[in-house]
Amino acid sequence: MNRNAHHTLHHPKWYRVQKPIFWWVKRFADIRFIFRELTSLAVAYSVILLVVIYRALLTSEAAYTSLTTTLREPFWVTINVIALGAVLYHTFTWFNLAPRAIVMRLGKWRIPDLMIAGGNYAAWIVISGVIYLAYVSG
Amino acid sequence: MASTITIEVSRYRPEEESEPVFQSYEVPLRSDWVILDGLNYIKNELDGSLSFRWSCRMGVCGSCGMMINGEPVLTCAAFLESYAPGPIRIEPLQHFPVVRDLVTDMEDFMGKLTTVKPWVVREEEKPVEEGEYKQTPEQLADFKRYSMCINCMLCYSACPVYGLEPEFTGPAAIALAQRYNLDSRDEGNDDRMEILSHDEGIWSCTLVGECSEVCPKDVDPAGAIQRYKLAGATSWWKSILLPWQK
Amino acid sequence: MSAKKSNDPFFWTLFGAGGALSAMLIPAFLFLFGIATPLGWVEGPAYESVKMVLLHPLARIVAFFLVSLSLFHGAHRFRFTLYDGLQLKHLFQLIAVICYGGALAGSIVTGYILW
Ligand code: SF4
Ligand code: FES
Repeated sequence: MNRNAHHTLHHPKWYRVQKPIFWWVKRFADIRFIFRELTSLAVAYSVILLVVIYRALLTSEAAYTSLTTTLREPFWVTINVIALGAVLYHTFTWFNLAPRAIVMRLGKWRIPDLMIAGGNYAAWIVISGVIYLAYVSG
Repeated sequence: MASTITIEVSRYRPEEESEPVFQSYEVPLRSDWVILDGLNYIKNELDGSLSFRWSCRMGVCGSCGMMINGEPVLTCAAFLESYAPGPIRIEPLQHFPVVRDLVTDMEDFMGKLTTVKPWVVREEEKPVEEGEYKQTPEQLADFKRYSMCINCMLCYSACPVYGLEPEFTGPAAIALAQRYNLDSRDEGNDDRMEILSHDEGIWSCTLVGECSEVCPKDVDPAGAIQRYKLAGATSWWKSILLPWQK
Repeated sequence: MSAKKSNDPFFWTLFGAGGALSAMLIPAFLFLFGIATPLGWVEGPAYESVKMVLLHPLARIVAFFLVSLSLFHGAHRFRFTLYDGLQLKHLFQLIAVICYGGALAGSIVTGYILW
């Protein structure tokens, strides 16, 4: 309990509180934070799915077809919808926060954070568009 | 005085109680009063035994920070009316040991602050005759934001990581380290990196971002720490890939 | 200060790279393969053409980095989530080994499958 003891050693009467384990369920902003951190699981899940697709692709056409059939099951669609929601949240928070770490300059001019974030979004839309077009055009 | 508002103040009198208790007071709800005025009203008119810190009454000294309805706030910068109809719950800043009532102990921060060398470090001072160290407005702009800190500790109160790990150097101290790192006159970068590139330094931060939300001076400690991490990672890779460079 | 030197700069770099890469690429991939095609919103390309595109050497390299870095991204973030959200800091060595070890193992398996 008394975890700050090293700097309040001689003041046993000072009152200290230990944070409850689920400190983050009380405020919306804290829940949002934990959710942002948990998107890590969705990211990991998504790339594992990619590897599974690769494995099926490399095994045989039958394996690939059976995988695409499995992915049509409501269970997996639901999982993927949830995962996509989380990954999108990851994408948005990532783009919005990245300018905080990176200061970019053109000569003396510091590129405003909004432009960096905007650049990220623009790149994202273009890349997603390319992937989409490549996909639908077969 | 037409209307009043209820203020529930956390009282902790170590000689009387082993845990804080709330005590309610009615104070006039005047449109020109901030919460601190309400507290002073209690102190002067209702209950002289209440202890709290304040000084400037204008958001400069940084001593009047408290938890207002669970959020860290400068009480001299928050109007009573914006909390009407109340009640307003006032507690000491969280994550700090409570000395008495609303008074907390800040020694932990003071100790950490000195370890990050928050002053201009020079390898060699030039003699006075050679004149001052010049700085352009652009160079000033690089760190000005981080120099606005008034050590009010709202960011420490808002930071869950500090609440969970009191060893964490914490937002304001790192922002102030960054303030000197980015100062064109300073040469203390490596010293500070040595001190802060540790698990308890910049790498404890998980970018919750709450520190920057509550900062009354718009210091953006969260941003300062992210930039510091980038610099820390860069220098780490340099030391691995180019060990002969010093 | 008695604090020990940190490995975090290394893992943080992977975390950052993986975070950026996954933010860019995963939404489109997941939407197409996991939702749009299964629900019949778009018609998935035939086996042969998927194979042609995804097995292109360049695509394999991108996929490998995407998978590996994203796993490290997830491992790093999840490790701190356990610290923050469940106060498991006292188990930090175990958690670090499991998280980063998992990401490393995943990367090796991925490399094995891809080549
Ligand atoms: S960084 Fe802001 S919130 Fe933190 S102590 Fe300084 S002024 Fe207060
Ligand atoms: S009294 Fe000085 S900042 Fe509030």
